[in-house]
Amino acid sequence: MKKKTKTMNLNFGPQHPAAHGVLRLILELDGEVVENIDPHIGLLHRGTEKLIEHKTYTQALPYFDRLDYVAPMNQEHAFALAIERLLNIEVPIRGQFIRVLFCEIGRILSHLLNITTQALDVGSLTPSLWGFEERETLMSFYERVSGSRLHANYFRPGGVHQDLPLGLTDDIILFCNTFPEVIDDIENLLTDNRIFKQRNVDIGIVTKQEALEHSFSGVMLRGSGVAWDLRKSQPYECYRDFDFKIPIGKNGDCYDRYICRIEEMKESIKIIKECIKKMPNGPVKSIDGKITPPKKVDLKNSMEALIHHFKLFSEGFRVPKGEVYTSVEAPKGEFGVYLISDGSNKPYKCKIRAPGFSHLQAMNYLLKGHMLADVPAVLGSLDIVFGEVDR
Amino acid sequence: MSETIIDLEKVVNSGLTTAIKKSEIIYNQLSITLNDYGDLISSILFLKTNDKCRFKQLIEITAVDYPEREKRFKIVYLLLSHENNLRIIVNMDIDEKVVLPSITKIFPSANWMEREVFDMYGISFKDHPDLRRILTDYGFEGFPLRKDFPLTGHTQVRYSEDEKKVISEPVKLDQDYRNFDFNSPWTGTKYIKTESEKNKDKDEKKN
Repeated sequence: MKKKTKTMNLNFGPQHPAAHGVLRLILELDGEVVENIDPHIGLLHRGTEKLIEHKTYTQALPYFDRLDYVAPMNQEHAFALAIERLLNIEVPIRGQFIRVLFCEIGRILSHLLNITTQALDVGSLTPSLWGFEERETLMSFYERVSGSRLHANYFRPGGVHQDLPLGLTDDIILFCNTFPEVIDDIENLLTDNRIFKQRNVDIGIVTKQEALEHSFSGVMLRGSGVAWDLRKSQPYECYRDFDFKIPIGKNGDCYDRYICRIEEMKESIKIIKECIKKMPNGPVKSIDGKITPPKKVDLKNSMEALIHHFKLFSEGFRVPKGEVYTSVEAPKGEFGVYLISDGSNKPYKCKIRAPGFSHLQAMNYLLKGHMLADVPAVLGSLDIVFGEVDR
Repeated sequence: MSETIIDLEKVVNSGLTTAIKKSEIIYNQLSITLNDYGDLISSILFLKTNDKCRFKQLIEITAVDYPEREKRFKIVYLLLSHENNLRIIVNMDIDEKVVLPSITKIFPSANWMEREVFDMYGISFKDHPDLRRILTDYGFEGFPLRKDFPLTGHTQVRYSEDEKKVISEPVKLDQDYRNFDFNSPWTGTKYIKTESEKNKDKDEKKN
């Protein structure tokens, strides 16, 4: 006689420390084995795309900081690039270098948070304490350049808002010299740690084929052995000039993805160092006065600058008719903006392609047949931030 | 890069022939418009499987609302080919009442993307395994990204002390929604002033 078994439904979240935000999972369990997962998202939905349609391009930019709030500037970057392509303007070379510099800082910010919280999810507390200290330093760089630790609003169409303050590059170099030691410390705690490996090796395996079919990007794709990084394959800004490697994984499990992130942080440090070394002088934003606002000093002396300033911050600039898709390699994967302009000062449509959306979608397929305890481990390695998933 | 796009345009045009209404390369990206939603499945399948296309990854599905047009929505599929390092935008105009065929069989990741289009625009998909709302609240009504949906929405929620639960009621605004329409006919100059020109202006004023 066959034993009759009943599956049990378990509600996980929306308020749960291992859910990395407001995620609600309806788990169907057979004993401790996961049979089916139905993620309920949208609990952080703020209607960003609708709001952007009602704001001028300048006003819409700060919404991008609030998507993936762990690495804000990388998001702004995609939107700024889209506008620049429609307007057909060039960013001065120093502006491009500053953008690359802060994109890589954003990458470290995001990977630090992910690695340490992934460790936290599987029971290791110390890395997060060490990692957050470094994040604090990085956010102070954000603050010095934009006045804000998180919602920077720094990358503007045509360049960046302001030039770097004096002494900032020296402090960033100082950070670059001390940070590898912290990575080593974190690695000492995790990489060969027996418990960490037991919880992550061979868990949540993604094959090459499956990674492609599920629209994975970023580390999720590279962890499975696909050598694909938009910074290399479709270079934007001046990434072409930099020398860096793309770490790829072999097995596509949670552990490989962790190793990929560690290695990517080391590459980012290399890029930052090279960037500061090569940093040219010159303007940081386009000299087109119809797009970029004039200097504050000029407002006191020049009538023309005053008019431009007023027009740019009330009416905004107009973007020629057209539609464009631009994408950047954000820390979490391919972050894209599909922008349609109708020739006015507001976007007609702005679709935000968030990498986490596709990653979270694959939860059910990734976890079917795994144990309940693996749910937080896989969720941790997916690198989910609800700001961008729910938009 | 641009030459391979031109080659791709030729391949796609000869492969899909009648299905394509027009194809164009704008901003260095290939965009094709399909005639009818009947050809959607076969066209996407062709782009995925053809040796010269190999668009193995679906990046995004979205829709655009043009209320004044006869065919109200434009549906957009963004595809990426890793092998050829190319992107393609497939779009098509559809009627409001049309039920689109779902492409979840070709790309499993289309599942949530189609759910989102359904949630935001109210476009339905045939043969979709699980067509529910995704981003909006439980019990939400209306389609937020349609142009005729107000920015403030129709309902607001609050906790009612009397009923001891969260209730939803029609939106009440203390102040009317202000529409700052700053569009002016002023267009400005067509050329860019360089630093030296700006300085020259200043010098002239001093004199």
